[in-house]
Amino acid sequence: MPVQASKVNTSKVNIGRIEDFPQQSGKTVEVLKWSIAVFHLSNGSMQAVENKCPHKGGPLAEGIICGDHVYCPLHDWKISTKDGKVQEPDTGCVQTFPVDVEDGYVYLTIE
Amino acid sequence: MKERILVIGNGMAGIRCVEEIVKLEPNAYDITVIGKERTPAYDRIQLSTVLQGNGTVDELLIKPLDWYDEQKVTLRTDEAVTEIDKDQRLVYTNKGGALPYDRLIIATGSNPFIIPFPGIDKKGVITFRDIDDCNAMIESAKTKRKAVVIGGGLLGLEAARGLLNLNMEVSVVHNTDALMDRQLDATASKMLKDELEQQGMTFLMEKETTHVTGDEHVSGLAFKDGEEIEADLVVMAVGIKPNIALASETGLETNRGIVVDDFMKTSHPGIYAVGECAEHRGIAYGLVAPLYEQAAVLAKSISGDESGPYEGSVVFTKLKVSGVDVFSAGLFQEEEGVKAIRIHDESEGIYKKIMIADQKIVGTVMFGDTSDSSRILSYMRSEMNVEKMKKVALLEPEEDGGDDLVASMPESEIVCGCNGVTKGCITKAIQDQGLRTVGEIKGCTNASRSCGGCQPLVSQILEHTLGDVFDASDQQEPICGCTSLSRNEIVEAIREKGIQTTKEVYHVLDFENKEGCSKCRPSLNYYLGMLFPEEYEDEAASRFVNERMHANIQNDGTFSVVPRMYGGVTTSDQLRKIAEVSDKYEIKMLKVTGGQRIDMLGAKKDDLPSIWADLDMPSGYAYGKALRTVKTCVGEQFCRFGTQDSIGLGVRLEKKFERLQTPHKVKMAVSACPRSCAESGFKDVGIIGVDGAWELYVGGNGGINVQGGHLLATVTTDEEVMKTTGAYLQYYRETANYLERTSAWVERVGIDHVKEVLSDEEEKNNLNNRIDIALRATRDPWKEALEDRTVRQQFETILQP
Repeated sequence: MPVQASKVNTSKVNIGRIEDFPQQSGKTVEVLKWSIAVFHLSNGSMQAVENKCPHKGGPLAEGIICGDHVYCPLHDWKISTKDGKVQEPDTGCVQTFPVDVEDGYVYLTIE
Repeated sequence: MKERILVIGNGMAGIRCVEEIVKLEPNAYDITVIGKERTPAYDRIQLSTVLQGNGTVDELLIKPLDWYDEQKVTLRTDEAVTEIDKDQRLVYTNKGGALPYDRLIIATGSNPFIIPFPGIDKKGVITFRDIDDCNAMIESAKTKRKAVVIGGGLLGLEAARGLLNLNMEVSVVHNTDALMDRQLDATASKMLKDELEQQGMTFLMEKETTHVTGDEHVSGLAFKDGEEIEADLVVMAVGIKPNIALASETGLETNRGIVVDDFMKTSHPGIYAVGECAEHRGIAYGLVAPLYEQAAVLAKSISGDESGPYEGSVVFTKLKVSGVDVFSAGLFQEEEGVKAIRIHDESEGIYKKIMIADQKIVGTVMFGDTSDSSRILSYMRSEMNVEKMKKVALLEPEEDGGDDLVASMPESEIVCGCNGVTKGCITKAIQDQGLRTVGEIKGCTNASRSCGGCQPLVSQILEHTLGDVFDASDQQEPICGCTSLSRNEIVEAIREKGIQTTKEVYHVLDFENKEGCSKCRPSLNYYLGMLFPEEYEDEAASRFVNERMHANIQNDGTFSVVPRMYGGVTTSDQLRKIAEVSDKYEIKMLKVTGGQRIDMLGAKKDDLPSIWADLDMPSGYAYGKALRTVKTCVGEQFCRFGTQDSIGLGVRLEKKFERLQTPHKVKMAVSACPRSCAESGFKDVGIIGVDGAWELYVGGNGGINVQGGHLLATVTTDEEVMKTTGAYLQYYRETANYLERTSAWVERVGIDHVKEVLSDEEEKNNLNNRIDIALRATRDPWKEALEDRTVRQQFETILQP
């Protein structure tokens, strides 16, 4: 079942408790017409990128995460979750979004 | 201020020019592209692929929008140029824009050629040129049945195939007696027609349309000979004509196209034309390859380099219709001084013709097998003298002429078709960057990164390029770029040191990346599970998405669900359940798989747990590196030839080995007689019943490299089949590299070696004991997901309030 996210204001959205985001994995968040992949990295930090590989639109939230990078599940493109840059030998980039954790809640900022 | 370049036309030619310009001189110009279409430049030649249902429009964009920003190129879509003031160097647009330029590139492409017979303006008559046309066909197929395509050329046939895929009845009207008569000779044309008729197209040859019938909407076509045909949709695909209106209004010299010189310059200084709208030395090309060459010359010319003029292109045609391989280039009809070499293999439906003049290839036609096309085309382009080459060979025994083949391959020949990597690109990477392994080549050039079918060829190129430096032991490759250790060294270290998690492996064995990569993490997860089946806690985060979601991810991000049907046997209750679940969760397609079960395609990720709960069937592991299916023939229960109970044995094997994790997927089959209706001959384990015995074939493969199975053993009882299969599978699990299919593994270690290992009764028992331990530790993943709230959570999408 889909889980409801709650809205704080137009640009900052509460997307749930940090414990709902297991480490070293991604989660799909559908918000304000965006599909966003939110990652909880093993170093504890949270990152968010558009959930769409620039290659063939693969859902990045389902990719394998190694350090700061995610591998697209469709054709294994390697993408930095920090700056959205596609790694060599492929090229391109995906949009990133700021994520903050306050009082155990995760907030996504969308412009 | 930077020089301003304005490009009119936001299509393949326009964007290719921009690409070439920024590649040659990054950030040197202020570039604006202006185009009529609403979308950014897309790959128009792939439209027929979209129409045929093998892709979406989004996948066609040549460059993502970010690219335009990065290259600081201004893109103005949905805007048409209405006038060029060549003296003031200004263009005016329909949106009131007045854009100054220093150099102007006209890349307005072409328009569909429309024969102006009466009734052509009725609703339901369209052309096939852009995304709107494509969408119109897809829309109309939802309610209409009969489609008629006018034009039996390349474009018309691709449109017709697309309409067939959209479930329409399709007739093709052509004005001569041969399809694609501008590219094919009579033989190839006839073979093409037969093949397309097999696919379901109807042809009306030598028909000249006189008018479109119907009131407001088309109802049919009338022909000169008095005949008529009904139609709900008419697609006009008779050709294209260069779009020169703007250029001729501006006073540029035009003929069929906009006349350009060898540097793509028009008759007026500062104005260039490129692509389908341009006419060079009397030829206006209607294909994509010439515009790549033209764009490169244009970019150099703008930069002031006029060393390499454009001297025309050798063009070729490839029909993009699935199941039909057609290739044509240059001359295809015999004429004075041009002789043909023909091969016509009627048994395989293959026809090849090569046209030769003065010992050089001047044209070719191929049907049924176009694997030689890039080689022949490059001989043709380089005007190679073919006098000394062996022209025709008949039924020669197979031989592995690997090195010769590589040596004779031209540098420009494509080796990796998936990623468009040429031999030259690979040899250059090997030489310039000192590459020593196929893995390094893969990482550097993308060659063999997708389907892997060209890997043997890449390996031969490596061996050939390195010569004496080539060291086969180098090929004992590290498992990935994170470490220098090979698979065996790692497995040995894990076993010896009793390592329990992937994290420990990374630290203890000092990998470069402490969380590895998408290659090594899943491998390590497998090796740890294989070595310590009872203790190891499987890491979901180290598994590929399919094995985490227990379903197969599809190109649109949905999943497919395949419940287990032991031995391919189902019941009416199961089928009812599948039907109900399919309706309830709006499954997009139900498909019978090659492994004798049912694939439910297009399931949403969020629905997966509920689907499993409602199905209440075991997981078929169609997504896993695990035992997939055991295919069976009907056997003695019903078949008049069957002498053995193939279904019984198949079900027994599947029940015993289901859920077993293996280095790669494992497919089995059981057939009750040598007719082998379950196709046991090319399975990982294929069993064939013969009089009073079972034969076990192993290491077969029906995929990328087709390989017949090797006979491992002939046994007389079901019990022995189980035991031999168990020992064989466990030996594979323990010694194969992760992601190595049994076929590659048997090839590598040798079938005799496997036989020898299994001939030792004690070893056979030990292997069986170990596989039993591994099997006991497995649980059905669908049930497990339903019982565990935290596992279930990973399927949830967070939605906007």
